[in-house]
Amino acid sequence: MNKRNLLDNLGLWTFRIIAYSVVGAVAYILLDIVVKGAPSIHWDFLSSPPRKSGAAGGIFPAILGTVYLTSGAMLVAFPLGMASAIYLSEYARQGRFTRAIRLAIITLSGVPSIVFGLFGLGLFVLFFGFGASILSGCLTLACMILPTIIVASEEALRAVPQYLREGSLALGAGPWQTIRKNVLPYAIPGMVTGSILGIGRAAGETAPILLTAAAFYLPRLPKSALDPCMALPYHLYVLATQHPSADQVRPMQYGTAFTLVAIVLFFNVGAILLRAHFRKKYQW
Amino acid sequence: MVTNTHADVQVSDLNFFYGAVQALHGITIDIPEKQVTALIGPSGCGKSTFLRTLNRMNDIIVGTRAEGRVLVRGANIYAPGTDVAALRRRVGMVFQKSNPFPKSIFDNVAYGPRLFGVRGRNELTEIVEKSLVRAGLWAEVKDRLPASAMALSGGQQQRLCIARALAVGPEILLMDEPASALDPRSTAHIEDLIGELRENYTIVIVTHNMQQAARVSDITAFFYEGHIIETGPTQTMFTTPTQKQTEDYITGRFG
Repeated sequence: MNKRNLLDNLGLWTFRIIAYSVVGAVAYILLDIVVKGAPSIHWDFLSSPPRKSGAAGGIFPAILGTVYLTSGAMLVAFPLGMASAIYLSEYARQGRFTRAIRLAIITLSGVPSIVFGLFGLGLFVLFFGFGASILSGCLTLACMILPTIIVASEEALRAVPQYLREGSLALGAGPWQTIRKNVLPYAIPGMVTGSILGIGRAAGETAPILLTAAAFYLPRLPKSALDPCMALPYHLYVLATQHPSADQVRPMQYGTAFTLVAIVLFFNVGAILLRAHFRKKYQW
Repeated sequence: MVTNTHADVQVSDLNFFYGAVQALHGITIDIPEKQVTALIGPSGCGKSTFLRTLNRMNDIIVGTRAEGRVLVRGANIYAPGTDVAALRRRVGMVFQKSNPFPKSIFDNVAYGPRLFGVRGRNELTEIVEKSLVRAGLWAEVKDRLPASAMALSGGQQQRLCIARALAVGPEILLMDEPASALDPRSTAHIEDLIGELRENYTIVIVTHNMQQAARVSDITAFFYEGHIIETGPTQTMFTTPTQKQTEDYITGRFG
């Protein structure tokens, strides 16, 4: 074997080992959650409210709260993010101003989530007077995932070849007709992919809902969007760190973690199926 | 070969700028109705830019500016308040790289009519068939109109793009090197088609291929560095050009 082959192999194995260890770490965490969490999962655990401040009973209100918060955040953030991306990529004159907007968006995506929590507390909870509620939580989470969705949507729009826009314009289509009929349909799969990342973040974050929506312990279900709710990540946090007998509620913790991961997976698989559906429809 | 018809497009003293760079200098030319006008010249001479001024496709490039007059059937298309979408409907365009939309063959051709509110299935079907027949593609695709346009061959795709342009009922067709990416057989097909379309449409074609210009066009304009050096009946241009530069270019001494 000559020296070049040796070097090639060395490079290959270096990258392979790095990739395997990253996958291995994730797999270990998941396996830990599945192995220790699965035994806690049974119908009662999923369908009944907690009792004895979480030491017994189930996590149904937290599941429902997380589903509310995540879907509400997506419902707000996806149209807004899509519209912003369309403006930035299709309408806005590219220049210093749009560069500044993009920089701001990228910076926003790196802002710690607790800052979004405080922002939501100030704006939605206090200023608009929504109180600590599902509504405030959805809006806060929406602000947090908006940058992710805008950046991904813009990339998806840019990936649509310019000649498709020109072809449409040359037939006498207006700019909006062109975007709606000959750009958006091809960009939607990419946009959905981008929002998948947003879904995972919205479902898993604790800090933004800590101050705006989540109740420490609230066995009854919320009656309206202006009620606070429980949420899985916060419930997990409470069980793990705030509970007087954290060791005894270990099974509850793992069960909650397992459910949270399963819900994120469920949302992601849904989004992936949606993307596959759109992709099959339009290919070039 | 050249008959005395009136000019369909009259361009006078047209200057065009990409930002500070002037790409066209005082272009003046009459483009006769229902004839084929070929624009020839070396790369970067402004012939494509000129073609795109005729349906204002250059508008979509930021920082471009046109000065002068372009009359299409007597109306200045650069006058304020011009309906650009309506103009592009009258002045259709076929691009160098065939650009079928990733939709079905039917939907590609129906795209334009639908923009203008044609909804009835029968009416659309009729327009699609007529356009495909005119573009010489009907026989090949009539049994698979719902199939994706992306499955067609390169030459078929380009004819589909011609059909798509015809479907909105243009008076003038602009073609930007429509056969440059095609094999010789498909090229011959497109050239024959141009000969047929000439009966009903005014055609302006940019080409790098001298033989093609000689074969398909009635009028030839030679562009060089943003100027029109010479315009005339194609036969005259290719046999006895008056300008030295034209002769050098046509005989392949440069460009």
